[in-house]
Amino acid sequence: MKNFKLLKSPTGIQGLDEVTNGGIPKNRSTLLLGNTGSGKTILAMEFLVNGIVLFDEPAVFMAFEEKKEDLLMNLKSLTYNLDTHIANNKIYIEEVLINPDEMRETGIYDLEGLFVRLEQAINKVRAKRVVLDSLDKLFYGLDNKILRSEFLRLLSWLNKMKVTSIISSEIGDHFLTHRGIEEYVANCVIALDNRVTNQIATRRLRIVKYRGSIHGNNEYPFTIDEKGISVYPIISETFQPELTSKRISSGIKDLDEMLGKKGFYEGSSILISGTAGTGKTSTAVSFAYSVCKANKRCLFCAFEEAPKQIIRNMGSIGFHLDQLVKSGILTFYYSRPSLQNLELHFLAIKKIINELKPTVVILDPITNLMTEGPNSDIRSMLTRFIDFLKTQHITVMFTAAITVGSIERNPSDEGISSMVDTWMMVQDIEIDAERRRSLCVMKSRGMVHSTDVRKFKISTKGITLLRIVANNKGPLADSKRKAKEHDNLSTSKESIWVKEGPVNENTK
Amino acid sequence: MSKKIAHNVKVNTQALKDKGGKYILCLFVSGNLPNSASAVVNIKAICEKYLKDRYELEIIDIYQHPDLAITEQIVVLPVLIKKFPMPKVRMLGDLSNTEEVLNGLGLV
Repeated sequence: MKNFKLLKSPTGIQGLDEVTNGGIPKNRSTLLLGNTGSGKTILAMEFLVNGIVLFDEPAVFMAFEEKKEDLLMNLKSLTYNLDTHIANNKIYIEEVLINPDEMRETGIYDLEGLFVRLEQAINKVRAKRVVLDSLDKLFYGLDNKILRSEFLRLLSWLNKMKVTSIISSEIGDHFLTHRGIEEYVANCVIALDNRVTNQIATRRLRIVKYRGSIHGNNEYPFTIDEKGISVYPIISETFQPELTSKRISSGIKDLDEMLGKKGFYEGSSILISGTAGTGKTSTAVSFAYSVCKANKRCLFCAFEEAPKQIIRNMGSIGFHLDQLVKSGILTFYYSRPSLQNLELHFLAIKKIINELKPTVVILDPITNLMTEGPNSDIRSMLTRFIDFLKTQHITVMFTAAITVGSIERNPSDEGISSMVDTWMMVQDIEIDAERRRSLCVMKSRGMVHSTDVRKFKISTKGITLLRIVANNKGPLADSKRKAKEHDNLSTSKESIWVKEGPVNENTK
Repeated sequence: MSKKIAHNVKVNTQALKDKGGKYILCLFVSGNLPNSASAVVNIKAICEKYLKDRYELEIIDIYQHPDLAITEQIVVLPVLIKKFPMPKVRMLGDLSNTEEVLNGLGLV
């Protein structure tokens, strides 16, 4: 058999070409299905504009739904420069007005009028790409039997004209889906959807079918902003990022010591979880601070405290961030989690990352984002985000606030912890009516790490981790320990043991 | 069948007289394709029978005047557009359903 390769026409839309494995079928028609407001017109228009800008393929847009002026007005907010393309004869927009009120059926007819117009339009700009948006108007009130055969004729005619086309239609009680037309006619069917979960709308895209091509099967979230559409594909499972065995300091000398004396792996993902007030943000800032001091860029994404507040608060423990921000080495991204959905947050962050190229990204706290959507979504999105960062060799640190009690009670946290390479837990331990911060490394893939629970001390000079002195009944409170140590020095060696570790200030 | 219906149709001649003026009709066809050819035959017969001396009929081949397809917003062919009297009506198809045509012309 001949090695047949399906020719594809790249859409130039971020993510869509990855999902379709190269674009939509060249010189064929793709059906674009979706409800009102799902982004059909914008996707179709972006396909055309990208064709002009990226591939020098002129375009025709047949507007059935909107008047030309309205269409241009509505697309003004996007950076498509349609006016310029129209002036340069690169795109031709024609409105096809159908008024069912003034129509009467008096016999057999066909859509020859549309064909004549399409042919003229295509010849006018020598179009290679055509959009018909949308056919539903046409299928109101007209005889479905005729339209069905005419629709088939249209697809093969467009094929003969050697144009790549997108034909949009609303999903629902109309002709295309219900009559099963797309099942056997269209080579490629893409469905768009705008779903509202927990009051936050998420746009999704799915390749329903793509004859003769491998394509992603999932629903992919996508966003529309002033630059157009971005589809957020899940990176394929075969993805294997290049790994490095280089290490990066955590910014806390004692913590580096616990992590095989060297710190984190570069490009790994780190999670710090803990209850409120245990020092998660401080640990994260300390990491960011040391990265910036080493003259590497850091992006700090704050979802709880405003950057100014973080800068002020961290000044009190010896991290003076304002100069770093001024010099541009430290960048804050601050956004309220409920402002937009998680995908949009990640997309916004992804865009900043692409511009900034930071060495380290910090998300503080990731759990605040967790409230904004169902858990499974969040997990998959987070996985994709981590994958993305890994391909960019960016070290990422998340903080996660957990409720007091066991980790088992917080499945979302457990969910993240299996995704990350290094997981540290900061906890409050109460010993003899004294509240004490502690830190332990729960896991750290690929390195020898300490299993100690260390005393976590935040002072004006930063963070230090101290050994915890315990007797066989459990850890000792500071006051008691001092007494005990005093006893030890004067009397016997009894049952006190001191864990190995850096020299303890308290015992000096 | 259609002829039989046509015989039973009562034409409101009074209404026609009240309106005065001529009917202005435009038939758009696609060359000599069967539907278009029968549309021409049908409209001529209807006009002669019900609108004698009271109509202007223009037959336009869209292949000869493709630009008119845009200005007249033609999608379906053949199509008969009643431009006068108001309201504007588009009659789609080969005009074989005489009753519908008369309806569209406002003659019933």
